[in-house]
Amino acid sequence: MTHEGIPQPLADLLDEFSFLERGERVDYLIEYADQFEPVPEHVAVRPFPEERRVKRCESQAYVWAEDTDEGAQKYWFAVENPQGISAMSFCAILDDTVSGASLDEVLRIPGDVVFDIFGREVSMGKGEGLLGILTSVQAFAREATGRQGV
Amino acid sequence: MSDIASRGYSNPDVLVSTDWVADNLDTAGIRIVESNEDQLLYPAGHIPGAVQVDWAADLNDQLRRDYLNREGFEALMSRSGIGQDTTVIFYGDRNNWWACYAYWVFQLFGHSNAKVMDGGRQKWEQEGRDLVREVPTYDATDYSAPERNDAPVRAFREDVLAHLDAGGQLVDVRSPQEYSGERLHMPDFPNEGALRGGHIPTAKSIPWARAANPEDGTFKTAAELQEIYLNEQGLSPDGDTIAYCRIGERSSHTWFVLTHLLGFGNVRNYDGSWTEWGNLVNVPIEK
Repeated sequence: MTHEGIPQPLADLLDEFSFLERGERVDYLIEYADQFEPVPEHVAVRPFPEERRVKRCESQAYVWAEDTDEGAQKYWFAVENPQGISAMSFCAILDDTVSGASLDEVLRIPGDVVFDIFGREVSMGKGEGLLGILTSVQAFAREATGRQGV
Repeated sequence: MSDIASRGYSNPDVLVSTDWVADNLDTAGIRIVESNEDQLLYPAGHIPGAVQVDWAADLNDQLRRDYLNREGFEALMSRSGIGQDTTVIFYGDRNNWWACYAYWVFQLFGHSNAKVMDGGRQKWEQEGRDLVREVPTYDATDYSAPERNDAPVRAFREDVLAHLDAGGQLVDVRSPQEYSGERLHMPDFPNEGALRGGHIPTAKSIPWARAANPEDGTFKTAAELQEIYLNEQGLSPDGDTIAYCRIGERSSHTWFVLTHLLGFGNVRNYDGSWTEWGNLVNVPIEK
């Protein structure tokens, strides 16, 4: 598996996932979903602004980013559909493995991590929404990169 | 939402309410089956006693693009503790989209003793009802299924071509963007790709989810459904109808609505759908 240049914690997770049986992977993903903590009030309150909403995500996911002192970003998420458990799981994974990574590494994450994490059998609609969450995170990273004049 | 019986459906018995399910969790002869798009939902919490049927792992043939065969269905029924006389109650996420898909696949094997829980997971959760993570086990049954009989409810591409020639009704249940050909598929999803965009000529565009109330996932009343399918789109319950989408699952929801809620006499689901039609050589397409 080639995941060079992406945030190391995410690469480690993908490595670990590649050895898991489907049932084990599901358990793992549910554990992440259980740990999901929605965006705190000091970052955003409802109703969340439309421009933070992930396009084409049926789970009504929202993404925020906050610059850190180290020139990286902390990402925050909300998933308003209580049935959006895959979205919650993916947001928790991204927060755990991508928040705080260098912007460069964030931008190098390929879209197919969605398959590496959720499996090839993820439906197109679901995959599209999950990919949209990653794309939103990367849009923040890209914007910050531009601001930093890199 | 009003009582199911008062909504004017042609076959109200095909639906049960969340109240009914809650009252019948321990009733013998009933098996509750959850079928979802999101594969994490069932293991994260389901109606007590419910088993899962997974559309990709359980209902699809794992080699050919087809559904499971008789032996596969018998094995699935056996391990789910479902006998020929068991009443199967389907429910799931996304307005029962995948529950209707599973329901439809069960009809290929004639398991007509089946119903859908109106509102699905969404309504059950909104009502704060119990969800558990414990996966139940049931004694294996000895289920003897007939050979799969596709003809009554399933259309193949030859059937669609013949249907076109005969001037039959077609319903495209995809999004308006897919219908117009503006949007094809995501490059990352080669299995759901199509080389050409657009729709089968004469198909009416009626996105599947219009049949459901977004606030609780229940089905709209017969009068509301008639307004959409009959008055607005001009479909007739007496005409032969084929529904399709991209891979045949959204259209099974519409198949369910037309067949059981509106009483259309002959509805088939073209599960080849746009991933087949949009890749076929020399078939008619409209944009």
